[in-house]
Amino acid sequence: MTAGVLAGRRPGAPGGRLRWVVQDALTMTGRNLIHYVRIPGSLFFSGIQPIMFVLLFRYVFGGAIKLHGGSYANYLIPGIFVQTVTFGAVATSIGLAEDLQKGLVERFRALPMARSALLAGRTLADLVRNVFVVVLITGVGYAVGFRVQTNAGAFIAGLLLILLFAFALSWGFAVIGLSAPDSETAQVMSFPILFPLTFASSAFVPVQDMPGWLQGFAAHQPISVEVGMARSLMLGGPTASDLWQALAWSFGLLLVLVPLAVSRFRHRTT
Amino acid sequence: MPPAIEADELAITFKGGVRALDGVSFAVEPGSVFGLLGPNGAGKTTVVRILTTVLLPDTGRGRVLGHDVVAEAGLVRTLFGLAGQYAAVDETLTGRENLRMVARLNHLRRADAARRADDLLERFGLGQAGDRTLKTYSGGMRRRLDLAAALVAEPGVLFLDEPTTGLDPQSRIDLWGVIDELVTEGTTVLLTTQYLEEADRLARKVAVVDHGRVISQGTPTELKAALGATVLEVGLADEAAARRAAEALAPLGRGMPHLDGKQLELPVDEGPRAAVAALRALDQAGLEPARFALREPSLDDVFLALTGRAAEDRAGADGFPGNGTGDGTQTARRRRGRTRDRSGDGAAVRR
Repeated sequence: MTAGVLAGRRPGAPGGRLRWVVQDALTMTGRNLIHYVRIPGSLFFSGIQPIMFVLLFRYVFGGAIKLHGGSYANYLIPGIFVQTVTFGAVATSIGLAEDLQKGLVERFRALPMARSALLAGRTLADLVRNVFVVVLITGVGYAVGFRVQTNAGAFIAGLLLILLFAFALSWGFAVIGLSAPDSETAQVMSFPILFPLTFASSAFVPVQDMPGWLQGFAAHQPISVEVGMARSLMLGGPTASDLWQALAWSFGLLLVLVPLAVSRFRHRTT
Repeated sequence: MPPAIEADELAITFKGGVRALDGVSFAVEPGSVFGLLGPNGAGKTTVVRILTTVLLPDTGRGRVLGHDVVAEAGLVRTLFGLAGQYAAVDETLTGRENLRMVARLNHLRRADAARRADDLLERFGLGQAGDRTLKTYSGGMRRRLDLAAALVAEPGVLFLDEPTTGLDPQSRIDLWGVIDELVTEGTTVLLTTQYLEEADRLARKVAVVDHGRVISQGTPTELKAALGATVLEVGLADEAAARRAAEALAPLGRGMPHLDGKQLELPVDEGPRAAVAALRALDQAGLEPARFALREPSLDDVFLALTGRAAEDRAGADGFPGNGTGDGTQTARRRRGRTRDRSGDGAAVRR
């Protein structure tokens, strides 16, 4: 208990506020990343599940899916990118619900940290994990026959846009996590949103082979838009409008979901 | 010297209409331990939540080291440490990682955070366990780490919300020792507890809280003086014998014996002497006790003395009509002899 340690603390230092917003968010990000590495379930979700999906669709369902030109491996992998980061966003809702349930959020609120750090640290940790996930899928994709048909620049641009979309989604799942009484409920609340979005999309199956009543939804919902953008950038094809639509979804979601999550966080007291 | 912690007519009603606090006021002298004593649901934790800025009161004010907990919440958060019943630490992280994280969130430099974490692990006897995740920690170890985390920023004020509830006796005694040390170093502590013994052992002043109000305030000695230092418990063969025993023992105690079926309880001043006298009196009355014991007074006894009813959980006590004693006087109200809905060992179990 020496006074020397306290000298390292600078409450109220001028111009320090923004710095603390960033530093606290990074501290929380680090904490959440440790969780990803230490909790076996989250490693499964991040690492093993996408590999299983690639293998399942490439070798089990893939043969039965009728394509309108091109190889199924090339069709599949852009879809897998989007599907995996979408599924991964559930981690934000579960993680936040768990922190609330265990009283950690309450404890963090009593610390002199930036209020934003809890949500930002969670969504940023998701983003870091997604970078790892898309790199992993790229490797597995190449192993099962996926080949970029455009160029490395367009491929990386596609990945970056997918990561942006995933980041926007994390805020949506943060809202769910902040609304659920516990982590199990958060998970249960997430799946009814996830499954229709990811499977009634162009991620695995061409939309024109779905029944007419479903096509309208399936073609225009955000997952299909993101997958369309990814295919354009990675495989070639009409690009500009796909790109703008995808960007519009990501920024539109961020614009709505970030304030919503922040307000839910403010009002949730326990 | 101005008080280190102040609660001024704090009141809050939760959604659903539960009046959790109904005007709670007290002041804590710097460098002392103040005990908030009360049963589950009395409002102790709500007081702590308001004073630690995580909950806004409907009315009333709270101050920590002179700063308003609502208007200056950001500043107030740099002034106190908080540890509690639920040991809200991250069980996926190691002890060291937890302390470093809290230190960083208190804006210590990275090197200082690391050094502070090492020092605190050493001080709380967690040096060996520092690099194990909290999943492997015992309940007592978690509480110690939680307390260490509360001390990371060397706060002048410490809030301890039922720090020993659910701990084994040895861990409880260890934790008391740590609190003693902190107070010696000049820390002001607000402690909530359900145990009279704990408040008596640690606190300079105590406020008894019930249904969101302070029903009595003073030093533990004053509280116990109003109560009797020891409780004599006698069990008889049947209810008739118990009534006769109550008559025989009445002159020995403070106030009337409390009858509950075949059992009776009597607060007395000098335990051993009263016990000898009681055995004589029973013998003279031709009564043979089936059970005879002396025990320390419990929270239940305090409540019985103050309100005429036993300390109960909120859920059970809400509809109780005898709740009009919230005048905060030092005088213990005695309404002995009323029957209580409680098993004979209730008090002992609760302790």
